[in-house]
Amino acid sequence: MANPLYAGRRRRNAIWTTLAYAATAFGLAWLVLILAALIWKGLEGMSLDLFTKSTAPPGVVGGLLNSIVGSLIQTGIGLAIGAPLGILAGTYLAEYGRNSRLATVVRFINDILLSAPSIVVGLFIYELLVVPVGHFSALAGGVALAVIGAPIMVRTTEDMLNLVPNQLREAASALGMPQSLVIRHVAYKAVRAGLVTGVLLAIARMTGETAPLIFTALGNSLFTVNPTGPMSSLPLIIYEFARSPYAEQQKLAWAGALLLTFAVLVLSISARALSAQTQQR
Amino acid sequence: MTDHTTAQKPALSSNSAKEKISIRGLNFYYGQTRALKEVNLGLNEGEVTAFIGPSGCGKSTLLRILNRMYDLYPGQRAEGEVLLDGENILSKSLDLNLLRSRVGMVFQKPTPFPMSIYDNIAFGIRLYEKLPKSEMDGRVESALKRSAIWNEVKDKLQASGLSLSGGQQQRLCIARTVAIKPEVILFDEPCSALDPISTAKIEELIDELASDYTIAIVTHNMQQAARVSRYTAFMYLGEMVEFNLTDSIFTAPRDKRTQDYVTGRFG
Repeated sequence: MANPLYAGRRRRNAIWTTLAYAATAFGLAWLVLILAALIWKGLEGMSLDLFTKSTAPPGVVGGLLNSIVGSLIQTGIGLAIGAPLGILAGTYLAEYGRNSRLATVVRFINDILLSAPSIVVGLFIYELLVVPVGHFSALAGGVALAVIGAPIMVRTTEDMLNLVPNQLREAASALGMPQSLVIRHVAYKAVRAGLVTGVLLAIARMTGETAPLIFTALGNSLFTVNPTGPMSSLPLIIYEFARSPYAEQQKLAWAGALLLTFAVLVLSISARALSAQTQQR
Repeated sequence: MTDHTTAQKPALSSNSAKEKISIRGLNFYYGQTRALKEVNLGLNEGEVTAFIGPSGCGKSTLLRILNRMYDLYPGQRAEGEVLLDGENILSKSLDLNLLRSRVGMVFQKPTPFPMSIYDNIAFGIRLYEKLPKSEMDGRVESALKRSAIWNEVKDKLQASGLSLSGGQQQRLCIARTVAIKPEVILFDEPCSALDPISTAKIEELIDELASDYTIAIVTHNMQQAARVSRYTAFMYLGEMVEFNLTDSIFTAPRDKRTQDYVTGRFG
């Protein structure tokens, strides 16, 4: 091109494109390194004992059974409390509240909760459910996880319901359908996959949280399913064993980290696939 | 009520059809904006009335008053009287859902619910009646037949309503409306998103439905108004300019604005 203006623009374009690619590559490289280290070290610790034995003192062959079960139970509690709250609150924001001032306030507070430091959530539940009772409990851990998970579901539920075209609501109302039925049978159905996506993302987030559990569930080296007492979980045991001087415990920490990452990855990928499916329609 | 906004009574004495819906001194507001000005009009039972006029003239607004659709949105309000069989439907104490079961509506864009073809029809019926399965099957079938779509869907009633073509979806929506046995059906530009063949089918259908229902149709297409309706109302800037037999509106309009519009000089 003879035009110097155009040539200069092409040059700048090339420079910026290169920079953008370089930044992406830099970021991705670290991610690949982390995953590679995780898989490398994690696989080393994988064994059947991991799933059949509970954590043991140094020198004794142990596994992570109590932590895996603990994670499942506490995430389950978090989900049982957080999902109804989150979905109903999201429904209020998108359907009933829409333009009301209360909805604006709720939305703002929810955004703050979304980015609240999880250690603060842990401390809050500690004051609320641990101090008065006098001991740590899995229940307190589950409630803390619910506080982490609910805002995610509030947000996704509202976003998804906002995708429902108003014509569909009008059409349902035109049949003489009360609003609650319009929401339950038409709006929810139209974005079902999207709602499930939100729940999966929340599970993924809750499964990986450590800080809210430190002051609440505490951890437990014994196998237990009693929600009123202290309970182990994967993030807590990784935190504990990673700092341990014993090689076999460090190995278990790596294995636990691999399990946890894998679980979160599967959840995130399913969420992605489901949400792509919703947007397509 | 000012003179120039008062619609002319149709010059028709041979027909003594009963007025199903009577609109008296109707004003409508979107917040501060006045969208309808002192509209007076009667819809005859068992006949098709078309509403024509340029975009923004208030014809869809008028239609959405007849089933109180505007109630879904805060800040919109109607003043005046709209009588359905003598009862004012603008009254605050009116049961909206009951009104909407009597006055059905078909929208511009086909809006099948995200469920099976069968459930699209059955869902509305279940709101009002508890029927045994066999009877429900019969009701679904007759609604689909009435809407001239039965032959196309009878073998795939469990398929999603969204899997149908646009024209089929619109007929499904008509079937859904017919299924709950309304007395009045409102059509809000029902063909504007459809191809000519689907449009012809819908028009034919409206013609057939007219024997049993009081029908109001908003359309941008003057040929369509001429084809399907017995009466036509021409609206302009929120006013009911002229209301008369469709033939008269198109062949001998009394108002200059009506004449300009139907001859394509503006709009």
